[in-house]
Amino acid sequence: MGDSSYRTPLSRARGLGSAHDGVARFISERATSVALVPLSLWAIYGALKISHAGYAGATAFLQSPVNAVLAVLLIAVTALHMKMGMQVIIEDYVHQPRSKIPALLLNSAVCWLAGALGVFSILKVALLGAGAH
Amino acid sequence: MSQVKADAKAPTGARRAAPMSPHLQIWRWHVTMAASIATRATGVALYVGLLIVVGGALTLALGPSAYGTFMTVMGSPLGLLVLFGLAVSIFYHLAAGLRHLAFDSGKGFLPATANATAWASFAFGIVAAIAVFIGAFMIKG
Repeated sequence: MGDSSYRTPLSRARGLGSAHDGVARFISERATSVALVPLSLWAIYGALKISHAGYAGATAFLQSPVNAVLAVLLIAVTALHMKMGMQVIIEDYVHQPRSKIPALLLNSAVCWLAGALGVFSILKVALLGAGAH
Repeated sequence: MSQVKADAKAPTGARRAAPMSPHLQIWRWHVTMAASIATRATGVALYVGLLIVVGGALTLALGPSAYGTFMTVMGSPLGLLVLFGLAVSIFYHLAAGLRHLAFDSGKGFLPATANATAWASFAFGIVAAIAVFIGAFMIKG
C-alpha cells in the first residue's frame, strides 16, 4: 500500500480540489448561454423587421434605443460565447503547441475584432443615423 | 489481473497513456451522438453567422451603397441558402443549449428522455427555421 505506481493519474488527482480557475469559465459559458436565449430570439425578430426595410428602414430600426442596446448586447455576448466555444473545440482537437497557440490567438483576434467592429458600427448608426457616412 | 502486473512493472513516475475511447467509426450511430456533434457543428456555423451579422452592421455604418451590396448578396439564392442554414443553426443550437443546461443541473439523462429531447431539438431547429422563412416571404408579399 502507498505504492504510487498502482494508482492511475486520475486517482492521484482526485480529492486535491479544483485548479481554482475553471469555475469562472464554467459560469461564463452558462451565463452567456442563458443571455443568448432571449437575445437570439430578438435577433430573429430584428432580422425579419429589417429584411425588407431597406437602408432607411434598417437605420431607423437601430435608432430606437432599445433596439440599439439589444443589438450591441447580441454582438458582444455572442462574441464572448463563441470565443469560449471555439477555444474548447481547439483545445479538444489541436494538441501541438505550435498550432494550438496560434489557433487560440487567431480565435481571440477574430472574436474581439468582430465584436468591436459590430458594436462600433451599431453605435455609429444609432447615434448619427443615416447620412453620416 | 495481468493489467495490474503490467502497470506494476512500469517505471515509477512514468506517465501511463490515458485510456482511449473507441474510434469514431466503431460507434453505433445514435441520435444523442448526432445531437452532440450537431451542437458543435451549428456552433461553428453560428460563429460564421456572427461575422455575417457584423458585416451587415459594418456596411450599414458605411452607407447605402455598401449596405445595398450586402443585401443583394444575402438576397441571392446562395445568400438565402446560407441564411436558412443559419436559421436552422440558431434554433437547433438554442434547443440543444437548453438541453445542456438541463444536463448541467442533472436532469434529462434517462435514455428515453435524452433521445426524445435530441429528436425534439432537431425538429424544432428545422420547423422554426421554415416558419421564420415563411414569415419573411409573407412580409415581402
